[in-house]
Amino acid sequence: MKKVLLTGCEAAAEAAIHAGCRFYAGYPITPQNRFPEYMSQRMPEVGGVFIQAESEISAINMVFGASVCGFRALTSSSSPGISLKQEGISYLAGCELPAVIINMNRGGPGLGDVTPSQSDYFQATRGGGHGDYRTIVYAPWDVQEIYDLTYIAFDVADKYRNPVLILADGIIALISEPVKFKKEKKRLPIKKWALNGCKGRKPNSIKSLFLTPGVLEKHNWHLYKKYKKIEEREVKFEKYFCDEAKNLVVSFGTCARICYESVKILREKGVKIGLFRPITLWPFPYIQLEKEIEKKEKLFVVEMNLGQMIDDVKIANRKNLPIYFYGRPGGGVPTPEEIKRFIEKNL
Amino acid sequence: MEVIYKKPKSLKDEVMIYCPGCGHGIIHRLIAEVIDELDLREKTIGIAPVGCAVIAYNYFNFDVTESAHGRAPAVATAIKRLLPDRIVFTYQGDGDLAAIGTAEIIHAAARGENITVIFVNNAVYGMTKGQMAPTTLPGMKTTTTVYGRDINYHGYPLKVCELLSQIDGVSYVERTAIDSIQGIIKTKSAIKKAFQYQVENIGFSFVEILSACPVNWKMDPIEAMKWISEVMSKYFVLGVYKDKGGK
Repeated sequence: MKKVLLTGCEAAAEAAIHAGCRFYAGYPITPQNRFPEYMSQRMPEVGGVFIQAESEISAINMVFGASVCGFRALTSSSSPGISLKQEGISYLAGCELPAVIINMNRGGPGLGDVTPSQSDYFQATRGGGHGDYRTIVYAPWDVQEIYDLTYIAFDVADKYRNPVLILADGIIALISEPVKFKKEKKRLPIKKWALNGCKGRKPNSIKSLFLTPGVLEKHNWHLYKKYKKIEEREVKFEKYFCDEAKNLVVSFGTCARICYESVKILREKGVKIGLFRPITLWPFPYIQLEKEIEKKEKLFVVEMNLGQMIDDVKIANRKNLPIYFYGRPGGGVPTPEEIKRFIEKNL
Repeated sequence: MEVIYKKPKSLKDEVMIYCPGCGHGIIHRLIAEVIDELDLREKTIGIAPVGCAVIAYNYFNFDVTESAHGRAPAVATAIKRLLPDRIVFTYQGDGDLAAIGTAEIIHAAARGENITVIFVNNAVYGMTKGQMAPTTLPGMKTTTTVYGRDINYHGYPLKVCELLSQIDGVSYVERTAIDSIQGIIKTKSAIKKAFQYQVENIGFSFVEILSACPVNWKMDPIEAMKWISEVMSKYFVLGVYKDKGGK
């Protein structure tokens, strides 16, 4: 199949459409403005609904409504907008409604800047909104991968009746790369729980309020079991040059892609070093990383933030290897040479 | 024997837990009667607010979803756009609609969404036990306006019908009160008109209902009804604020 040159925003939008998503609500925010623009054209073409909402809050609640009536639904935004969506994401999790939310991470806190960042790792992996819940988080490292992960995100969201986040950044949002499309999904899962009028059945309701003593606790234990199942089944990661490596770089998303170049340069110079890249940030590949660490001597964590994923690396680092951290927390993107120098200094 | 009064099919066989004299029970019943009469039960989707009526799904015998505080019009927008042949309505209180959800209601109205909004105005936050609402009257005492609502300090109440009727996307706006038998009959016909407009694709229809909250007003139910007639409806004037006309 031929490849199509698309930006990350456009590739993710196409993936959603190919996955059967027929509802998009969003609000303009840099660096993902191409997303609502593109969807405003594509959704009418495929008989779907596009709405430019009055706010991020409204957009996520429109997605909630679309999910309530059984449709595959998507919203996208960037960091400050994702903060506003957290209430809605908490309700989606509490009500067990599937939806996909894409964050083209920009610099923060506050208004920050509009350049690429990975500073929303905590927000994405630790819930973000109120309550005891988890969202599946995919971190693509290029345009093809944001297409592939968005394409499967809708299936995973439906399978577990849980929101799925894609944590990308301003680089993936804006660069153009060739993308190979997958087949358009024709058969979507039947959702008996959806609200579409109670013709021929008992009325359905969707709720996250459980006032009767003990019922909320029971509901939350039910969610816990679901999260455990996700942890067992949905972990995704990749490793490169890891066999015989004594040193290991751990990095995700765009930063991992840059680290890949640094590792290649170092290997050409004879350094025994590999790269471990979590693709699901939650569930984090703790067991897989722990296994990988067994025969290593030093760990290097590189992130475009002040050090957030490093907390998860520490959980996996039961061997207590020394960890060296390199971060760019202000929207700056490191070069392969820069990361190479940092590693060489600490070898 | 002829049956002249029975429980509407659109209400479940549940005992309502609303407080004595509360207006929600009456309004729930009126909506249920209208949905039965228009034969819409099997195609209706209701959106419950955050507030006392969040438990509406326990009482309505059709599909009902919860929504986050104030966001019901956004939820309704998506459902109606995706299922345009279904009947979609939101049921919202004054805190939900006129404070935290002001943006959502105004923009759903501005988009001219073909939905029906039932707005229950009891001038107070009921579920949280009586704090100032955006519709609390000047001088009215609540748990957060213990000296009475001072317009110089707390600002003015929001008159939602007056506001929404200025918006081009809106088709029908009426304010009624369930303070008397006549008021209840009038309210029912307003609710019916609002749903009928949605059936006929005429667009955004809105009914504000002045309703009693005797417990938080610290009145008995009869005093509360009188207060609606003599005080509340003088500030929130009853009537049709906009009507583009049906088919």
